[in-house]
Amino acid sequence: MTGLKNSSWGRILALFTRYFFLLRSSWPRIIEIAYWPTMQMVMWGFVSKHFAPSSPELTAGGVLISVVLIWDTLFRSHISYTLSFLEEMWSRNLGNLFVAPLRPWELMLGLACISLIRTLIGMVPAALLAIPFFGVSVFEMGFPLFAFFFNLVLTGWAMSQFVTAILIRYGLGAESLTWVLPFLIAPFSCIYYPLSTLPAWMQDVASFIPTTYVFEGMRALLIEGVWRQDLLLQALGLNVVYLGLGMGTFLFAFRVARTHGLLLQAGE
Amino acid sequence: MNFSSPYVDLPQRLTVRENLLVYAKLYGVINPGNRVAEVAESFRIENLLNQRLRRLSSGQKTRVSLAKSLINKPEFLLLDEPTASLDPDTTSWIRELLRQYRDKEGATILFASHDMREVELLCDKALLMKKGKLVEEGTPTQLLEKYNRDNLEDVFLQVNRRKEE
Repeated sequence: MTGLKNSSWGRILALFTRYFFLLRSSWPRIIEIAYWPTMQMVMWGFVSKHFAPSSPELTAGGVLISVVLIWDTLFRSHISYTLSFLEEMWSRNLGNLFVAPLRPWELMLGLACISLIRTLIGMVPAALLAIPFFGVSVFEMGFPLFAFFFNLVLTGWAMSQFVTAILIRYGLGAESLTWVLPFLIAPFSCIYYPLSTLPAWMQDVASFIPTTYVFEGMRALLIEGVWRQDLLLQALGLNVVYLGLGMGTFLFAFRVARTHGLLLQAGE
Repeated sequence: MNFSSPYVDLPQRLTVRENLLVYAKLYGVINPGNRVAEVAESFRIENLLNQRLRRLSSGQKTRVSLAKSLINKPEFLLLDEPTASLDPDTTSWIRELLRQYRDKEGATILFASHDMREVELLCDKALLMKKGKLVEEGTPTQLLEKYNRDNLEDVFLQVNRRKEE
């Protein structure tokens, strides 16, 4: 095609630009992204303060506030990815997108990029406000914070890949899965309690969930001062497996949707 | 390749310019800003560029969708009822614009329409379909001669009723 240049990165950048335009088109939405994590932090901050004198092990090192913030990273990462995809469905735009030379994996990467930006917009203000409000700085964790954050972002994306696969195949009727899925894994993730609290069968299930290792690792670091690299690697390994499975599921669902003409029908 | 259909929307919260710019970039158009200005001029939507899509009338949205469909100067263009919701005057110049584009760029246009007059005016070859199956094909002149009719609408009715008998 004369006069045109085409590359995957160019298309991913175009998608990113589109999501950026969407984001900046509504200031209330930007504020809302930061609002929920901040409210969570404030609420759990006071809970932590209340229990500090009677249960120091529960609040040592600001663990309660830190795990709340880190858990919200997963939730934001997942919601941001899936909502950006839902925007395409709500606006019945999938047909236009995939008539363009856009490949499904480029869409996935574009969604992941904007998810990361939205997650940072949500989490950074809450994490910064925790310092003056409750004297807890998650940034003092240094590299482990980045490792925890990165793993939970990956888990969020993996969940989103499964949800978007279902959405593209079965339509907006499956929309509520977006909100349900993070809470399905929450009890097994051992966010607020150690793994040993769970009954044996739940511990078995929990061992297949990457977030369990992240929160166990975080408790070890904040309460015992031990950096458990092995837990992080287990989380990363599981994330790689789930991301691979999620990508495969999405690509399969996309192929089925395209064969059945569902891309043009997707929407409200 | 590109595509336009009244049944597939562009994002409503973006402005016309933002929508066109994103698609120009998706198609890898060089100087996307210039190309957006060109198609905006062609489809007479320059004054709408900074408006959000949701504020436009359905006719204006159709013109934006058509502008998007030419953003990459496609060699193959899929149009689904491209003049739906346009007034007769706009329909007339849009048809002319599409014809000029086809001739200038040597593009192939696959065009789905229920408006047989439009098919007669624009198409080199017409395919009549019924329940997803091809039931007749030929140039508009061939079809008119074959069925001894004055216009394609009558041809369509005859073909459609014949098959139902």
